[in-house]
Amino acid sequence: MSRAVTTRRKTINTVLAWGIGILIFFPILWTILTSFKTEAQAINDPPLFLFFDWTLENYAVVQERSDYMRFLWNSVIIAGGSTLIGVIIAIPAAWSMAFVPSKRTKDILLWMLSTKMLPAVGVLYPIYLIFIELGLLDTRTGLVVVIMLINLPIIVWMLYTYFKEIPGEILEAARMDGASLREEIIYVLTPMAVPGIASTILLNFILAWNEAFWTLNLTAAQAAPLTAFIASYSSPEGLFYAKLSAASTMAIAPILILGWFSQKQLVRGLTFGAVK
Amino acid sequence: MYLRNALCAATALTVLGTTGAIAETITIATVNNGDMIRMQGLTDDFTAKTGHKVEWVTLEENVLRQRVTTDITTKGGQFDILTIGMYETPIWGANGWLIPLDDLSESYDVGDILPAMAGGLSYDGTLYAAPFYGESSMIMYRTDLMEKAGMEMPEAPSWEFIRKAAAAMTDRDNDVNGICLRGKAGWGEGGAFITAMSNSFGARWFDMDWNAQFDTKPWADTLNFFVGMMNESGPSGYATNGFNENLSLFQQGKCGMWIDATVAASFVTNPKDSTVADSVGFALAPDNGLGKRSNWLWAWALAIPAGTAKEAAAKQFIEWATSKDYIELVAEKEGWANVPPGARTSLYENPNYQAVPFAKMTLESILTADPNKPTVEPVPYVGVQFAAIPEFAGIATEVSQEFSAVYAGQQTVEEALAKAQAITNDAMEAAGYR
Repeated sequence: MSRAVTTRRKTINTVLAWGIGILIFFPILWTILTSFKTEAQAINDPPLFLFFDWTLENYAVVQERSDYMRFLWNSVIIAGGSTLIGVIIAIPAAWSMAFVPSKRTKDILLWMLSTKMLPAVGVLYPIYLIFIELGLLDTRTGLVVVIMLINLPIIVWMLYTYFKEIPGEILEAARMDGASLREEIIYVLTPMAVPGIASTILLNFILAWNEAFWTLNLTAAQAAPLTAFIASYSSPEGLFYAKLSAASTMAIAPILILGWFSQKQLVRGLTFGAVK
Repeated sequence: MYLRNALCAATALTVLGTTGAIAETITIATVNNGDMIRMQGLTDDFTAKTGHKVEWVTLEENVLRQRVTTDITTKGGQFDILTIGMYETPIWGANGWLIPLDDLSESYDVGDILPAMAGGLSYDGTLYAAPFYGESSMIMYRTDLMEKAGMEMPEAPSWEFIRKAAAAMTDRDNDVNGICLRGKAGWGEGGAFITAMSNSFGARWFDMDWNAQFDTKPWADTLNFFVGMMNESGPSGYATNGFNENLSLFQQGKCGMWIDATVAASFVTNPKDSTVADSVGFALAPDNGLGKRSNWLWAWALAIPAGTAKEAAAKQFIEWATSKDYIELVAEKEGWANVPPGARTSLYENPNYQAVPFAKMTLESILTADPNKPTVEPVPYVGVQFAAIPEFAGIATEVSQEFSAVYAGQQTVEEALAKAQAITNDAMEAAGYR
């Protein structure tokens, strides 16, 4: 009896999980399907799901019109650079908050998070003027710095949460064995927190990859990443859905593949310590 | 000694000459539409003629506006040429943000630019942007459905005729709506349409003292007529339909009539995308016998931001992209139906272009729109479907949201007009106009 209940519950859970998964993935699936339609098919009413004349024309048009590789390379540099620098800064910060907390640690953590509550457009002009002064407009360096700063609170928070799960006694033992602070962080703490650090890197890489406000406002022709590539295919007068879908598919493909291959690490990292 | 000086002078002149002829790379911010994309594809011709290279930054219209405004107000210098419209040009020209285009070469023939376009892109008599293409609005209708309804479209119909024709063409069983019009919120979407329509009903945004006029009868007549006609013969959910949504409906044969940008004529007559390409007719936008039709006037134009270090190369590009030769180049490569319309008088005198089915109606529509006298009663602003003041975009977006709420059945015409009156007067008072 209980076995039957368990089996039924498992079946329901599986169906439910698949249903939610498909629901979440559907917009991406629809975008991919639309990218293989003609513009006329893309707006057809009722919508065409699978039975239409599949075409690669939109991809050919996008390839011809835009230098995809340049946008892709800019995305890789901006997302990769900002994540890497952010993690290097955040590891010592999270270490101090997790293992040497002061009376103000909680306040500092909350204050860091509060910076995320300010609408980005509120600081557009000050940042733009600073960028003009420093000659950083339309440079990858400028964007790496800005996006790193935007994501830093999240990186610190995530690492702080993972580090809190590691017993302080282990680090203390390392110190008693003569490890310096640098050695303690690099050789003891970091290897133990690898799943957490990996998931932090992955999540922030995705956030940086998808960031569209600053990347659109601080770039022009040279440093524009894939978000600008997508934005260039939206049109106020004329049908564009199929070509926009092709551009979007090309923009999300790298991150989709990365996410697919690293999903185990991502899930493991995000649920790190959840059962304790 | 003389020889040495002469040699030095010659060397200096050569260096200067070489420097002057150095190939530049100019950056152009533009929108994604067919004509602009076509121009990008033909840029090699410009590079071959001048040696200058071109970098394109293509953005969605609203993103472009925000991006370019940020750059120009902070003198960021990211762009050497901007694609802007009739709304921004006089405002930015007045602010000194654009370089005047008052020294274009004789061969460019500035006098050939359609007077309505030149007027809308000038401030204080000085041209600040060169029109790349211009548009008005007109009626596009299904000749087969009109015939089936037993009616004949006049060349210059009235709103009453349009309402009757729309009702006669509507066939809900076969998913055919008599008329498709913009209802989507946004000053450049539904806001533009209803403002142009209101001109033909004798309405206006402001009186000569900048007082809002939404509490007047012409505005109530405009909105009541629009809502009544759309409820009778329009598509369901028209409150969220803009240009692209209506284009899609028309191309699928679901609209009897569509009143919108003249540039749409080339889309609806293109058999590759349109299922009704061979049965489309054109007529002037309707009127009410008050002396003003309900068509608008718009141009996408190229302007040079003040502060660019590449002014000379930018001017060369503008002369190339908006020249008669460029039109010939497009005609040669893509056919006369695809040349950028609405900018030059000579295009409409060209027999090759006169053979294009919508050419005559496009020109007549452009010529009947006067941005300097857009309304029946006098107004203190320039612009047909907008008022060329910096505050207008924000105010009109809010007002059009109130109107869209009426189309969606969320409030009455009276409520929307009362809110529009309050929104507009408050904003104008805060801005110091009243």
